[in-house]
Amino acid sequence: MARIAGIDIPRKKRGEVALTYIFGVGQSTARNILTQAGVDPNLKVEEWTDEQITSVRQIISDHFKVEGALRSEVQMNIKRLMDIGSYRGIRHRIGLPLRGQKTKNNARTRKGKKKTVANKKKATK
Amino acid sequence: MSRSLRKGPYIHYKLEKKVIAMAGSSKKTVIKTWSRASMISPDFVGQTIAVHNGNKFIPVYITENMVGHKLGEFAPTRIFRGHAGKKDKAKK
Repeated sequence: MARIAGIDIPRKKRGEVALTYIFGVGQSTARNILTQAGVDPNLKVEEWTDEQITSVRQIISDHFKVEGALRSEVQMNIKRLMDIGSYRGIRHRIGLPLRGQKTKNNARTRKGKKKTVANKKKATK
Repeated sequence: MSRSLRKGPYIHYKLEKKVIAMAGSSKKTVIKTWSRASMISPDFVGQTIAVHNGNKFIPVYITENMVGHKLGEFAPTRIFRGHAGKKDKAKK
């Protein structure tokens, strides 16, 4: 079992892909880590030796902010925006897009699922 | 796209002059400004700036966290009072 950065146990996948299961590690970071650790990115995780696992673990804990620490940092950044009452903070508070997108329609990622308005009049012909 | 570092932060020159003069003196008055695009520099901290929102001046007390933001971010230009017929959720 390969346990890296806490809870993640990716196996049976190429190292380059398996590492992206960690929050905060994408493909380029994964490739970076593996070259630093001297591991072939095409090698599957189950084929790694113990030394390779420890060196990957070491590199992640030394140089990268992942999982809980990264999540809390993101939350702190959002909280800061909300506390100082900036425009972006206000948009976070009311759950609308922050970067000037239109909200007449779409914007569903921020607004969530459609809420149908009752008694909305049908368009007259 | 962010502003070129070579130019440095944009602060309206008259506003900057007023703010620095205010930071030097002990008495505190509110500075009115229309320059919403001006960046908040560390000199602004602890002062109250009245930022125009197109209609009236919104007093903004500058704290340390606000440094690096623009003045306009703290003076909203639109007021959304909710849709008609929606009773709950009264927003400020």
